[in-house]
Amino acid sequence: MSRKVVSVWTSIPFWRRSAGWVTGFAAVLLIWLTFDSMSQITMGTDADLKNGITKRVPAPTVINYKITYEMDTRRGHEVPKIGEKEKFFGRDDWSEEEASALLRLGKLASQAKNCMNCHTLLGNGAYYAPDLTKAWLDPAWENYIPMTGSTTKEEAMSKFLQNPSMYPSHERMMPNLGITEREAIGLVAFLKHMSSIDTNGFPRNFGRMSIDGVTGAIHGK
Amino acid sequence: MVNNLQFESKRLAIKYFIVAAILFGAQLLMGLIAAIQFLVPGFLFEVFDFNVARMVHINALVVWMLYAMIGSVYYLLPDETEIETVGIKLGNLAFYILTAAVTVVVLVYILVQVGPASEFTIWFINEGREYIEAPRWADIGIVVVVLVFVFNLFATAIKGKQTGIVTVLMADVLALAGLYLAGMFFTDNISVDQYWWWWVIHLWVEATWEVFVGCLAAYGLIKIIGARREIVEMWLWIEVTMLFGSGILGLGHHYFWIGTPEYWWEIGALFSALEPVPLVAMFVHVIYDWGKETGLKEGSEEKTMNNSPAFAWFVTNAFGNFLGAGVWGFFHTLPQVNIYTHGTQFTSAHGHLAFFGAYATILIGMFYLGVQGKNGIKVLKATFASKMAISLITIGVLGMTVSLTIAGYGQVLVERAQMGATWQAYFVSQSLPWFVQGLGWRLAMGVVTFIGFVFLVKDLLTTSKSLRHIH
Repeated sequence: MSRKVVSVWTSIPFWRRSAGWVTGFAAVLLIWLTFDSMSQITMGTDADLKNGITKRVPAPTVINYKITYEMDTRRGHEVPKIGEKEKFFGRDDWSEEEASALLRLGKLASQAKNCMNCHTLLGNGAYYAPDLTKAWLDPAWENYIPMTGSTTKEEAMSKFLQNPSMYPSHERMMPNLGITEREAIGLVAFLKHMSSIDTNGFPRNFGRMSIDGVTGAIHGK
Repeated sequence: MVNNLQFESKRLAIKYFIVAAILFGAQLLMGLIAAIQFLVPGFLFEVFDFNVARMVHINALVVWMLYAMIGSVYYLLPDETEIETVGIKLGNLAFYILTAAVTVVVLVYILVQVGPASEFTIWFINEGREYIEAPRWADIGIVVVVLVFVFNLFATAIKGKQTGIVTVLMADVLALAGLYLAGMFFTDNISVDQYWWWWVIHLWVEATWEVFVGCLAAYGLIKIIGARREIVEMWLWIEVTMLFGSGILGLGHHYFWIGTPEYWWEIGALFSALEPVPLVAMFVHVIYDWGKETGLKEGSEEKTMNNSPAFAWFVTNAFGNFLGAGVWGFFHTLPQVNIYTHGTQFTSAHGHLAFFGAYATILIGMFYLGVQGKNGIKVLKATFASKMAISLITIGVLGMTVSLTIAGYGQVLVERAQMGATWQAYFVSQSLPWFVQGLGWRLAMGVVTFIGFVFLVKDLLTTSKSLRHIH
């Protein structure tokens, strides 16, 4: 730069200062928003569930309840609804400790078995296999109950996870990852819990297939 | 082989470049395996599954880029500070430790693949978190090695001359190293997990790495075409302002659907819409300097251009960064669109062109600067192999991007818009002719890219021999 600066727009000190201020401002704003987001995505408690208080990420004991994914007209998209009690592997009284341990095991299993490098979770991951965000609610499991000789959805899921290539749904199969029965139960708990997370309507129109094949899914006409 | 490099720092840089190039090759091979598996699902089934191929594919990508980045800093540091890098012995030691660790991690990925659902797996096999799968022991090792690198950079900059480029690099590398810590813990809350995971991935790729590229572009323009430092550094500060100004809060576009509050819709949409702006600035900057600021050779009207292959890659970077990160990123970044396109082949299309356009191109340009310096070549001209390398790799990646975009288009319409994103919807979309043919072309273009890579390696290894008699 010539010693005489003719315009502020070509002045290095001006841009250096701008870089400092802009970066600092953006970083401070991000940190502030992070505090707020963290308080909103911390898991709720069992008491919240019992009192009907909605949390973006509910307590692990959400596995004791029926979960559905329903249109919320006020918010303009679908949200998870936690309903009445529902048995999960034969029980609807999983304690806070038991449910937390199960969820922890399932989350660990999802990482140890490298699920994310085929599937997407909350839409992130690889694109080789279906998204797992609302997998617990997927209508496909209905077919797996008779196929695996099970009586409940969670049992069917658990059997599938332990021996996936025995029950293919498509020529692109899931490999056998050596998932034990205990790990499979944990994974199912993890998937059920994930389906109760409020994802701002993602995936949209989940499970609402168009009937005539022309008009598009129910909320997307 | 004769080594014309006077600085130990530059010799170390060449070592980093060599490992980077090898890992680049590994990345492409793994990509080919994964691309075949999309078309022939039985290929290596239950032997070397897609999850393994894909994990090594993306990890090799990240690691070769980090290697090339560290190498680039060691390469440019003596030129900028005018002194030998401080603590270079430690730097050399760190290089060997890092390379040994990377080798062990890759072997474990390939041979062991998955483990039981316990902390043991997280510590010693893989963490199962896309892009940062490295087991925790390696995480800690990487932090130590990077701290050595950061120390070398800072100690050298304090002792030697501190240019604008070095100042920006110091701030940038510190941020880059610090952010890695945000991805090193386990939580059973997947929303919290994803929240911090993006601090590493997004704030690296869309903030610190982009600023890093700005530094390399600045250095390269001065080095290759003799652009005036004042102009280049002014542009660099403008780019830093805009890159951090848009990139840091652009993080919001990853927080639309992971359980985080709705206000991220507006913040993410606004700031990620601004993200292409600095990329236009980088584009204009390179082209402007090329046309206007190119130095003249003393006593002649001829313009200086002492490394045409490197410069070709730098110019490709200006285009590729804008197209891949800017345009392809923008077109599915708004939440109204993203709710349908998130996690589909659209994402993959954007990923391929953005990583290539923004990072691979400029780092390959740095390889060529390394070759030039190592062999003491005054003017490095493009050979047939250099031209084949840049043409085939660029056509290959562009081709993959277009194929994946078309596949993604079919997928989004059928799986997301029409059929409601279920398991069945997913597989129906994967069988569409548009999808299957798109993936077929992706594989074909992947092969083209790989052939280009073979030409690149040949060129980097031999270009010096054919030119040695010139200097």
